[in-house]
Amino acid sequence: MKKRIYSVLVENRSGALVKVAGLFSRRCFNIDSLAVGETDDPDVSCMTIVSSGDERTIEQIEKQLNKKLDVIKVKTFSERQCITRELMLVKVKYNKNNRRDIIELCEIMKADIVDMSKHFMMIQICDTPDKLQLLLKMLQGISIVEVARTGALALSKCTENDD
Amino acid sequence: MIGADAIIRCLEEEGVTTVFGYPGVAICPFYNSILDSDIRTILIRTEQNAAHAASGMARITGRPGVCAVTSGPGATNVITGIATAFADSIPLVVITGQVNSELLGSDVFQEADITGAVESFVKYSYLVKDVNDIPRVFKEAFYIANTGRKGPVLIDVPIDIQNAAIRNFKYPEEVKLRTYKPTVKGNMVQIKKVVKELEKARKPILCVGGGVLLSEAKEELRQFSEAHQIPVVSTMMGIGAMPTRHPLYFGMVGNNGKAYANRAMNESDLLIMVGARVADRAVSQPDLITRGKVLVHIDVDPAEIGKNAGPTIPLVGDAKAIFQDFLKEEFEADYSEWVESLGEYRAAMEKKRNPDPAYVDPAVFITRLSEKMQDNGVYVADVGQNQIWSCAYHVVKDGQFFTSGGMGTMGYSIPAAMGVKVAAPDRQVIAVCGDGSFQMSMMELATLKQHDIPVKIIVLKNNYLGMVRQYQHFTYKDNYSVVDLSGSPDLEKLSAAYDIPFLRLYNMEKAEETIDAFLENDESMILECIIDPMDLV
Repeated sequence: MKKRIYSVLVENRSGALVKVAGLFSRRCFNIDSLAVGETDDPDVSCMTIVSSGDERTIEQIEKQLNKKLDVIKVKTFSERQCITRELMLVKVKYNKNNRRDIIELCEIMKADIVDMSKHFMMIQICDTPDKLQLLLKMLQGISIVEVARTGALALSKCTENDD
Repeated sequence: MIGADAIIRCLEEEGVTTVFGYPGVAICPFYNSILDSDIRTILIRTEQNAAHAASGMARITGRPGVCAVTSGPGATNVITGIATAFADSIPLVVITGQVNSELLGSDVFQEADITGAVESFVKYSYLVKDVNDIPRVFKEAFYIANTGRKGPVLIDVPIDIQNAAIRNFKYPEEVKLRTYKPTVKGNMVQIKKVVKELEKARKPILCVGGGVLLSEAKEELRQFSEAHQIPVVSTMMGIGAMPTRHPLYFGMVGNNGKAYANRAMNESDLLIMVGARVADRAVSQPDLITRGKVLVHIDVDPAEIGKNAGPTIPLVGDAKAIFQDFLKEEFEADYSEWVESLGEYRAAMEKKRNPDPAYVDPAVFITRLSEKMQDNGVYVADVGQNQIWSCAYHVVKDGQFFTSGGMGTMGYSIPAAMGVKVAAPDRQVIAVCGDGSFQMSMMELATLKQHDIPVKIIVLKNNYLGMVRQYQHFTYKDNYSVVDLSGSPDLEKLSAAYDIPFLRLYNMEKAEETIDAFLENDESMILECIIDPMDLV
């Protein structure tokens, strides 16, 4: 199983997301994560899909995406060929014994504490999906109340060939 | 001018002559406007058959077939017909009425999210939300349906949009779709590579699918095959691409195909698949078929290439354009030894049948029927044992053979034959079904009668769902479950009820004169053939 990232430019119209997501479920392709947002052109959305599969599946995903009439362009790359970032918010319950540890952990992981109440705090991190996973692992000893992740965003690395 | 008038204008601009359909309130503005047009309307008896009839029409004309149904159940009923067309890449434009656009999403009477429901069975779909979009949407829909890999396109039009006033109707001259540019011309580098392989090969074979017929490349295929004496086999959807008795044609491949066709494909050293999907029924073990040979896969849909078998040379493009390019290439090769041995296989491996003389033998019957048919006659096979026998024993001369190959939809033959006959009234059109598939669309006898569409219908009656019975015979050792068709109507009485002439054939004794009587005139007729209930394909 290989991990593959698809950056898919689609027409920004209703139904486009369903068509692309439906394609994955119908053809039994995995979706590890999916993130959608408008691009600089309001008529175009960019979907970043992280998927995995064998060689043939990976090729089929690209071909099937290209067949969809709402899809303008499909770019695909391995993790090494692109910069990926994901945003995560974690709400944890803290007490006076572990408060310092959490703050320290956030400093090490370059995470921010963005909200707080008497017993709860919210941590924000924006990094690679691996780093997010690591932070979650480190927070396991503390009681995690809620987690929300955006799914990975990715763009191919800057080269002089970019147009 | 209102939206509904605009839709009719669009259909006229596209040269549509006939709309198959079933009205309901949500499509009534459309059916009101069509009264002012020369477009013929045909009231089908259930919506699924509207799509099948449009499919038959599309297959004979090469233009998208059109049907129009109402919202809710009308739209959901048509889905099987759409899926059938999608599986065989048949171009359709399906118009569905929809509830008032302000009520969309509120689950009102006869509302169904049809664009959502058909998503995996259409090439594209539209929900029209602005009446001024109608000309563009229809222009695009017809273009999308009939270019590249063809297929059905659905247009859902809410009733208020059909009734809304449209200012200055202008049908676009061309489509502007930045996301859709199908490849037609094959890559010359790849074409040269194929020619190189043909020069090297000693045992090449062309395996042609429905794509060859859809791109209207029959003539080019024949020329190419004859010019270099390259033998041809076909998939079920490719039947008719070559005349059955052409010396270079070696039958249908697949688990229901001819043993010698499969052997030819297996023994070839260069297999050129054209417009075929390499799906399970034609090629049960795609990995095996590619072993020890060069596989060239030609298809207009790049996603089909490499989906089921990894080709040595992929070649994306329209079959007609590619054959034309092949015909320009000159190369020397002699495959006569190979063709000769295939001829020997054909002579030695033809299936021996042991028919019970008490019944009609479908094999001999179908062969005799097709020999007596007009040269350009159209034979529409249904699904089941009748389909497999039809594939095996129907002799295509200069006509066509249609069936639901991809989806295997029972009940396809009668409505599809109806669509063919409407489009080609001068051609002889015969639907061949079993007693199961007949009962799935026998309501259309009324349509044939009402609209005076003379379709010949043959019912191979064995009182069983024969294909399933056969499967249960082999897989469950004759433990038959829910395959007995007792309770079926007396077809003689049924035909009388519909005022359609009827013939019955009990065995082969009177086969010749019965077939002659059946084909004598160009009127609807039903011929029931009593076949051995225990017969196997």
